[in-house]
Amino acid sequence: MCGIAGLVDLRGRPAEPALARRMASTLWHRGPDAGGVFADGPCALSHRRLAIIDLSGGAQPMSVDDGALTVTFNGEIFNYLELKAELEREHGRVFATRSDTETLLHAYAVWGDDCVTRFNGQWAFAIWDRRRRRLFCARDRIGVRPFFHTVHDGRFLFGSEVKALFSVPGVPRAFDVLGLHEVLTYWCALAPRTAWQGMSELPPGHTLTVDGGDVVTRRYWQLDYQTRDPLAEQQAASELRALLVSSAQLRLRADVPVGAYVSGGLDSSVIAGVVKHHTQTPLKTFSVGFDDAELDESTWQAEVVRALGTDHASVMASGDLIGASFPEVAWHLETPVVRTAPAPLFVLAGLVRQRGLKVVLTGEGADEMLGGYDIFKEAKVRRFWAKQPHSRLRPLLLRRLYPYMKNLQAQPEAYRRAFFHVRPEDLDSPFFSHLPRWRLTQQLTALLADDVGAQLARHDPLEELRARLPDGYASWHPFAQAQYLESSILLPGYILSSQGDRMAMGRSVEGRYPFLDVRVMEWAGRLPATHKMKVLDEKHVLKRAAHDLVPPSVLARPKQPYRAPDAHSFFDPQTGKARHAWIDELTSERAVAAAGVFRPASATKLIEKARKGAISGVKENMALVVLISTQLVHHRFVADFPTAFPEEST
Amino acid sequence: MSQPPTEAAAIADTLATFIQDSLLLGKPTDVRGLASFLEAGIIDSTGVLELVQFIEETWDCKVADDDMVPDNLDSLPRLVAFIQKKRAG
Repeated sequence: MCGIAGLVDLRGRPAEPALARRMASTLWHRGPDAGGVFADGPCALSHRRLAIIDLSGGAQPMSVDDGALTVTFNGEIFNYLELKAELEREHGRVFATRSDTETLLHAYAVWGDDCVTRFNGQWAFAIWDRRRRRLFCARDRIGVRPFFHTVHDGRFLFGSEVKALFSVPGVPRAFDVLGLHEVLTYWCALAPRTAWQGMSELPPGHTLTVDGGDVVTRRYWQLDYQTRDPLAEQQAASELRALLVSSAQLRLRADVPVGAYVSGGLDSSVIAGVVKHHTQTPLKTFSVGFDDAELDESTWQAEVVRALGTDHASVMASGDLIGASFPEVAWHLETPVVRTAPAPLFVLAGLVRQRGLKVVLTGEGADEMLGGYDIFKEAKVRRFWAKQPHSRLRPLLLRRLYPYMKNLQAQPEAYRRAFFHVRPEDLDSPFFSHLPRWRLTQQLTALLADDVGAQLARHDPLEELRARLPDGYASWHPFAQAQYLESSILLPGYILSSQGDRMAMGRSVEGRYPFLDVRVMEWAGRLPATHKMKVLDEKHVLKRAAHDLVPPSVLARPKQPYRAPDAHSFFDPQTGKARHAWIDELTSERAVAAAGVFRPASATKLIEKARKGAISGVKENMALVVLISTQLVHHRFVADFPTAFPEEST
Repeated sequence: MSQPPTEAAAIADTLATFIQDSLLLGKPTDVRGLASFLEAGIIDSTGVLELVQFIEETWDCKVADDDMVPDNLDSLPRLVAFIQKKRAG
C-alpha cells in the first residue's frame, strides 16, 4: 500500500522529476518505507512505498520490457500469483520479482486496458507506456484506493490525495460550493466532483487515459442487481461461506503479519472467525472503545476475542482524544465531514502501527453488500406502511428502527410517524430509501453564508444523481435500489475514504476488505433480497453462513452501527469549555467570516449552544461537526498550506 | 403611539426566535409563514422534544405525551394557541 503521484505535460514539454518528487513527499504517511521517481519525456511518476509484498524486490516506480512500461501503484492485486502463473505459462512473460506490481505490468502488456477486469484487489495506479506516449490509470471497482487528478498550466497532475496536487506551485486551493452541497446532502461529494474547485476524483470502476493531450475516462465495472432464479437459503449460505473463506485467504497474502479489527459486531467477527477457523495464521486483533456507554462496544469485543482466542489490543477513544486528533484527522480527510467517526479509526490505526503491524482485515462492505444497514430496514417498513397508509398497526414497526438511538426512541409516537411518513410523491422516487436521510442532512445548508446559499439555489444534487443512475435501475427490486445508492455513494465517498483509506493510511496502515472481493460483490448483487433481509432480520444469509464462526450472542445481538461522540469531542459537557484552544480560534466569528463558507451569526449561535452543553439530536451534532471540520480543512489547505515538505529531499 | 404587544404576539415572538435559532440553525426565516414545520422538514428526531422542553421552561407548564401531536405543535399559530390554552388551564 502506498502513495502515488505524477504528471504528464500535455504540450509535450519534458516533465520535471523534482516536481513529481515534491508531490509524493506530501504522501509520506502512505509510504514511509521508501520513495522513488521516474521520468521519461513529458511524464514523471513518483511513489512512496509501504512495503508489504516482496519486501526486497517491489520498489517503485517499476519498469518491464526494457523500460517500455513503468508503473506507480497503490494497492494490492490479491490474485497476482494466479495471474503470474497464467502470464508465464500462456504468454511467456518472464518475471524478475515476486511482486504483484510486476504482475500488474505484465498483465497490462498482455491484455492492455482490459487487464483491470482480470484483477481481484484494491488499487489505484498509473502506467506510462513509453512507446505509445500514453498514461493509463485505473481505480479499483468499488473505490478502496483513491485517485485524484486535475489539469493545470498544460499539465495533467494526479495523486493519491489532493494535497499532492496542491503542492504544485500555482494550483488554486478553493472549496467547490457544489461539492460542499453534496457533502451537505450525501455526506460526501460524488466523484468525479470533489469538495475542491478544479480537483476531480476518478470514480470507482473507471480507467483514465492521457493520450495526445486528451484526458478520457471510461467505466469498466459497476454494481449490478439482476437477481437470479430462486436459491435455497442453505445453498446461498454455503456459497457465501466458501466465497468468504477464499476472499479472506487471498487477503492474507503478504510478506508481513496481517491483523484484524474487531468491532464487536457481526461483520468483523465473521472475518476474524474465518481467519481463525480456516487458516493457520496466528491472529492479532484490534478494537476501539468509547467512554460513552451508549456508543461503546467493548463488552462485545471482549466476547469475540475470548471466543476466538486472539492476541488482542484495544484503545479508548475518549471525547478529549477525538478532539485532540481532529486537526491531524482533517489533514488526512481533505474534506468537510458531518461526523467525528473517522477520528477513532485514526486512533485505532495508530495502535496497529504501534504494535508493529501494517495490514489489517476489516468487516467493511458487509452491510452494503448483504443488507445490514438500518436504512434498508427503514425503507422496507415505510414502504410496507405506505401500502396501507391508514393502518394503525403497520407504523408500529417504526419502533423497531434505530433501537440504539435514545433520542429517537423518546420521540412522541405522532412525531415518529410524521417523520417517517411517506409522501405520495416519494413512493415513486428512485431515491425512496434515502430521502429521509438526505433531507435531514440538507437542512445543514441553513448554516451556509447567504452568498454561498444563493449559489446553490439552482443546484439540485438529487437531479444530478438521477441522470447518472445505471440502465435497468428502475427495474431493480426496491431493496436493490437502496443497496445501490448506499454502495455507490456513501461506501466509496465516505466509508472507504474518510473512515477507511484516509484514516488507516494516515498512520501507514493498509486496510483489506474481504466483503469487497469482486466475487462476493457480484454474487451478492445476484442474491434475492429475501436472503439479505428476511422480514426484518438484516444480513440473514451471513448469519446462516457464519453461525459457527462467531459467539451465539454476537450472532443474536441487534445491529449497532459504529458511531462516535460528536459535540462532546469538542466541548466538555461538564464545563462547557472548548476542549482545545484551536476550536475557539477557528470557530470565532472572524474566522468563520474569513473562510466564507458559513454565516458567522449562525456559527456563533451554534457554538454558544455547544458551550451550554445544549447541542442535541442528529442535526445539531452534524451541524457542529461540519462547521468545525470545514473550518479546520480550510485552515489546513487554504489559509495555511505548507510551502515545503520535510520529506521532499528523500 | 404603538400598542404594547398582546400576549399572543409576545409568545409568537419568543417562539419564532427559538425556532429560528435552534431548529433552523440561525438561518433568517419567516417562521410565521411556515404552514407546517414537519412539511418544511425542520423537525428532526429531537427537534420536537427540544421544542417541548423550551415551552415547559419558558411558560412554566407541563406538556403531556398526549399533547405532543402535530395539531398542537406544527406551526406558530398552533403553538401559540396551545400555550395560551395551557396557561389558561
